[in-house]
Amino acid sequence: MSTATKHEAHASNEHPAHSAHVSYLKDGWSIWSWLFTVDHKRIGIMYLVMLTIFFGVGGALAGLVRTNLLSPTGLIMDNDTYNKTFTAHGVVMLFLFLIPSIPGVMGNFFVPIMIGAKDMAFPKLNIASWYVWMVGASFAVFALLTGGIDTGWTLYPPYSSRSSHSNVVPGVFGVFITGFSGIMTGLNIIVTMHRMRAPGMTWGRLPLFCWAMYATSLIQLLATPVLAIALTLLMVETGSNALGMPIGIFDPALDGDPLLFQHLFWFYSHPAVYIMILPAMGMVSELLTCFSRKNIFGYTAVAWSSVGIAIVGFLVWAHHMFVAGISYYAALLFSLLSMFVAVPSAIKIFNWTATLYRGAISFQAPMIFALGFLVLFTVGGLTGIPLATLGSDLHLHDTYFVVAHFHFVMVGGMVLGYLGALHYWWPKMFGVMYSDFWSRIGAIMICVGYVTTFTPQFWLGYHGMPRRYPNYPAEFQYLNVLSTAGYSIQAAAFLLIHTYLIASFFTGKKAGPNPWGATGLEWVAESPPITHNFEATPKVVCGPYEYSLNMTQTGEKADVR
Amino acid sequence: MSANEGALKHHFEDIEQQRGAERLGMWMFLATEVLFFGGVFLAYTVYRIWYPKEWAAASGQLNVLVAGINTVLLLTSSLTITFAIRAAQLGNRKALMNLLAITGILGAGFMCFKAYEYNQDYEEGLVPFCKNFGKELVHDPDDHSKALSTFNDQWEKKGIAPQRIRLFMTFYFIMTGIHGLHIIIGIGAIFYLWYRAYMGWITADRYVGVEVTSLYWHLVDAIWLFLMPLLYLAGPHHGLHF
Ligand SMILES: [Cu+2]
Repeated sequence: MSTATKHEAHASNEHPAHSAHVSYLKDGWSIWSWLFTVDHKRIGIMYLVMLTIFFGVGGALAGLVRTNLLSPTGLIMDNDTYNKTFTAHGVVMLFLFLIPSIPGVMGNFFVPIMIGAKDMAFPKLNIASWYVWMVGASFAVFALLTGGIDTGWTLYPPYSSRSSHSNVVPGVFGVFITGFSGIMTGLNIIVTMHRMRAPGMTWGRLPLFCWAMYATSLIQLLATPVLAIALTLLMVETGSNALGMPIGIFDPALDGDPLLFQHLFWFYSHPAVYIMILPAMGMVSELLTCFSRKNIFGYTAVAWSSVGIAIVGFLVWAHHMFVAGISYYAALLFSLLSMFVAVPSAIKIFNWTATLYRGAISFQAPMIFALGFLVLFTVGGLTGIPLATLGSDLHLHDTYFVVAHFHFVMVGGMVLGYLGALHYWWPKMFGVMYSDFWSRIGAIMICVGYVTTFTPQFWLGYHGMPRRYPNYPAEFQYLNVLSTAGYSIQAAAFLLIHTYLIASFFTGKKAGPNPWGATGLEWVAESPPITHNFEATPKVVCGPYEYSLNMTQTGEKADVR
Repeated sequence: MSANEGALKHHFEDIEQQRGAERLGMWMFLATEVLFFGGVFLAYTVYRIWYPKEWAAASGQLNVLVAGINTVLLLTSSLTITFAIRAAQLGNRKALMNLLAITGILGAGFMCFKAYEYNQDYEEGLVPFCKNFGKELVHDPDDHSKALSTFNDQWEKKGIAPQRIRLFMTFYFIMTGIHGLHIIIGIGAIFYLWYRAYMGWITADRYVGVEVTSLYWHLVDAIWLFLMPLLYLAGPHHGLHF
C-alpha cells in the first residue's frame, strides 16, 4: 500500500485541510487500514494487542502450574499434563511474550519518534515481521493445543528427538519462525538508528532507551540465527526418528553429541536473556530521570554498559552446562566470564541510584515500576552470582533457586520495565490518561505479588526442591502455598491494570503532548502522534535529559504545568 | 533532481540516506547469514575432528566433478552480477537485462547440476533418510575383481561405522540444502530485478536494488566456496566422472 494512495484516500475524506494532519489512530478506520499498514506506530499497537493476549495465556498457564504445586502430590493434573503445562508456560512467555515485548511494541512505536524520524527505515519489512511472528506463533499454539510438548522450553535432545513423542517438530518450527521476526525488527531498528536520526540527534544525544534497543537489536541479529540452525538440526533429528531412520546429530547412542545442542542452544538463549532485560534497562533510565527530574548520572557509562552487556553476554553461555559434562577448565573460564556481566550491570545500578540522589521524586505508577525494577533486578542479579560460582552451582543447579533467580531477572526485570513503559507512554500512544490512584495501587500490588511468589522459591531451591518436578516432600508445602498466594496477588493486579487501562479509553481525561513534563523528543510530538510523527523534521539542540534546564530536546520548555 | 524525487521513498530525507539505509540493511542481514551458517559449520567441524576416517570415506563418495563445475558457474555469475551494477548505474537497460539474465541462468544451471547430483546420491544409496541407505550395489574402487557390492559391505570391510557416514551425509544434505534454498531465493530476486528492468523501472538513480542483490549473491557464492572443500575435498577421490 503506497503512501500516495493513502494520501488520496485521506484527501477525499469529509474533513478537508482544516487541521493539517490527523493522528495515526484516526488515519483510516477500516480493519484493512490496520492489517496493511506500514506505519511503525500501528504495527507497535498490533504487537501490543497480540502480546497482551499471549501474556494472558502464559500467565494462566503459570496459574495452573502454581495451583498444581499447592499439594505435594499434585493437586489438579497428572504428571504428564504437568510437564506439558510448564513447557507451554515457558514457550509462550519466552518466545511469544518476553522476546518480542518491548522491542515489538515500544521499540517499533518509539525508536523512530525518539530519534526524530518519520518511520522505520524499512516499513514493509516492519509489517512483514509482525506477520512472520504471527505465523510462528500459530505453529507454536497449534503444537501446544494439539497434544503439547513435554520437554521443557530448553528442548534438550536426545529426550526431545528420540523419546518425547510429543509435538516437538511443529512447536520448534514455530519458535524457528518467530526468530526471523525478531531478526527483522532488530535489523530495522539498527538501520533506522544509523540512518534516520534528525538533524542534531548525535549518538551522544540519543535517549538511553535507544541505546538499549540498539544493543538488544545487535543480539537479536547475531544470536537468533544460531538458535535457528540448532533448531533446524533438532528438527532433522526428530523427524528422522519419526521416519524410522534415526540420525544421531545429538543422540549419543548414534555417535552424536548432546552437549553440542546445548552449546548452540545457550549461545542464543543466554544472550536472549539480555534481549529480555536490556530494553527494560533502557526504559528505567527514561523513567528514573523523568520522575526524579534529574539529568541521568553518567550518560556515557549507562549507554556503553548496554553495549558491554551485549558483548559480554555472548561469552558466558556455558554457565548453563556446568554439571552437563564440560571440562573443568571450560567451566572455570565460563564461571569467570559470567561474573564479568555483573560489572556493566552494577555500573547501571550505581548510576541510577546516583540519578535518584537529591532528585524531586514523585511516585507515580511508571516510577513505582522503575523503582520495583531497581530492587527486584538487583536481587535477581545478585542471586546469579552463586549460580555462576562452580561450587555452589553444583548444589543449586536445576533447583527452584534457579527458577526464582531467572524470574526475578526476567519477570521482575522485563515485565516491570514493560509495564513501566506502557504506563509512561500510554498517554502518548492513545492520548488519554489512566486513573492515577488505581495505577499506583496496581504497581504496588505487582511488586508485592512478585516478591511473595518468588522469594519462597529461593528457600525451596536452597533446600533442594528440583525444578520441573510435580511432587515434593510435605515439609515444602507451606512455602509452595505462599508462592501460589503471591501468584494470586499478581493475577489480581494484572486484572486491575487491564481494567483501568481499558477504562481510560472511555473515561480518561485527554493527555496533552507532554503530561509528565518530560524532555525526550517523543513528548514534542502530538498525543497521539500524527502519521508522520512530526509536522516538520525536528531540530535537536541538546541531550535527552535536560531536566535541570527544564528543556526538551528541541529547546522548548518541558514542564509547563 | 526530478528523477531522484521519483526514486525517493517518503520517509527518507534524501536519496543518499535511502541508499545508505538499504546497503546497511543488507550488510546486517549478511551478518545474520554468516552466523546461521557458522552454527552448522561448527557442528560439522566437531564431528570431522572426532570421526576423520568416516568423514574422508564419505567425502570420497561425493561427485567432485559436478561440484567443480558448479563452482565455476557460481564464480562466473558473481562476475556478471557485478557488471550488472555498472550497467544499472550507467542506465544501460539492454546490458542490465542481459547480464541479469546470464546471472540467473548460471544460478539455475547450478541448481540443475545439484538436482542431478542429489538424484545420483539417491541411486547410490547415500541419502541418510531413505531405506536404501548403504544397500545399493556400487563399484568398490579398492576391489580389483570389479564385482559390485553395497556400501554397507565396503564400510564393514574397512571398519567404518555406518551411522557416522550417515551423520556426514546428513550434514551434506543440510548444508547444501540450505545453500540451495538461498540460491533459489537469489534466482527469484534476480529475475524480479530483470522484470523491473524490463518494465523500465530501474533507472540510473535506482541502481541500489541491483547492488544489494549482488551483495546477497556474493555471500551465497562465498558460502559455496567454503562448502565445496569442506564437503567434497575431505577425502581422496577415485578419478573424475559424472
Ligand atoms: Cu545464562
